[in-house]
Amino acid sequence: MAKTHITLSINGNEVEALVEPRTLLIHFLREQQNLTGAHIGCDTGHCGACTVEIDGMSVKSCMTFAVQAQGAHITTIEGVANPDGTLSALQEGFRMMHGLQCGYCTPGMILRAHRLLQENPTPSEEEIRFGIAGNLCRCTGYVNIVKAIQYAAAKINGTPFLEAAQ
Amino acid sequence: MIPGTFEYYRPDSVASVVALLAKLGDDARPLAGGQSLIAMMKTRLASPEHLIDLSAIAELHGIREQGNDIIIGAMTTQHELIASELLAKYLPIIRETSLVIADPQIRYKGTLGGNVANGDPGNDMPALMQCLDASYQLVGPKGEREVAARAFYNGAYDTALQADEIVSAVRIGKPVAGHGYGYEKLKRKIGDYATAAAAVMITMSVATCTSASIGLTNVSETPLWAEAAGKALVGTQLDEASIAKAVAAAEAITNPASDMRGPAEYRTKMAGIMLRRALERAKSRAHG
Repeated sequence: MAKTHITLSINGNEVEALVEPRTLLIHFLREQQNLTGAHIGCDTGHCGACTVEIDGMSVKSCMTFAVQAQGAHITTIEGVANPDGTLSALQEGFRMMHGLQCGYCTPGMILRAHRLLQENPTPSEEEIRFGIAGNLCRCTGYVNIVKAIQYAAAKINGTPFLEAAQ
Repeated sequence: MIPGTFEYYRPDSVASVVALLAKLGDDARPLAGGQSLIAMMKTRLASPEHLIDLSAIAELHGIREQGNDIIIGAMTTQHELIASELLAKYLPIIRETSLVIADPQIRYKGTLGGNVANGDPGNDMPALMQCLDASYQLVGPKGEREVAARAFYNGAYDTALQADEIVSAVRIGKPVAGHGYGYEKLKRKIGDYATAAAAVMITMSVATCTSASIGLTNVSETPLWAEAAGKALVGTQLDEASIAKAVAAAEAITNPASDMRGPAEYRTKMAGIMLRRALERAKSRAHG
């Protein structure tokens, strides 16, 4: 099957590649671009471990083809740290609040939470839980994940986060 | 899971899509948001040889007013439906329904056109569109035609849409200001299809119901417009006896499958409960 030429931006880098039309974006990122941060969890669009950001949207990269990303701007977990290499507010929140647990869902959680905080910088706990409803944690520990996102929101907004002060 | 091989096309006009579909025949499928079709392609329930991506066609996007109608482009995503100020003003039930579809990531990609054209009885928009008496604008080699949502669905994955046509837009008449509305969905978890769901639109004149339309999701092979149930409410005060009549009429037309969401009898009863709850909320919101 003929391959298709695509150009896109991944984490600020211009990328050109040849892809088979049936190649899913998650496989393109992991196997052709060696960006293995986004994980394959369920492979059926339920778990959100493969979530990346495409043109301002949180997208499950197992539910889209790489060819559809022609011209797109993509951010993966490898691209979320601050430019000086220090942890972003969300990464720091997950570390400080023990939001990683086993870590498998974390890249998807952070990419989803990133877009959530862009759209709603001061979410309530309920809004956070609804906002990450497409990301499953099988450690079954959403409490620390929610706290991690609250920590990041507080840090970005310059407001105190009581849990962190303790 | 990796789908079978296919040729990929990304045309930039509806005319090009129609020409491609005419040329490629039954082996071609249009790709909207892909959140149902790609999943089906992974399990090889669908194996199109040609995939025509509609995402680059500007004329299929957007929400606009046209006289007394709201026109929604087929490629408008559920995320865009939720954010639309125009819909919040005229048709807030679309936002309420969109918010209970799948999860945030799926809603960034999933489209109204895909949701109504797929023909999956689990999709939420078809019953809502029947409740609202929406029409689907279809484009094919013979030009445009319009089919009422209430006449579009023949069976599971069997609709009035021909293989050489696409849905280009959905047209909905603006409901009167002060109408009451509610979409109630029972699901096992976020992201699940409905065990049963009900869409309700009513208008009230003081304490009397002057119009009522009811749609039911995932309790038959097709979405259901519960015409008799709506009629049972018109002219009443929405008192308990009238509501019980409407619920019985709605339950009577259901024909759900027994599956992992529950036995058929349970899902029929849940359709009745969802109708009661949606009606209660619609009543609390109506002022006329």
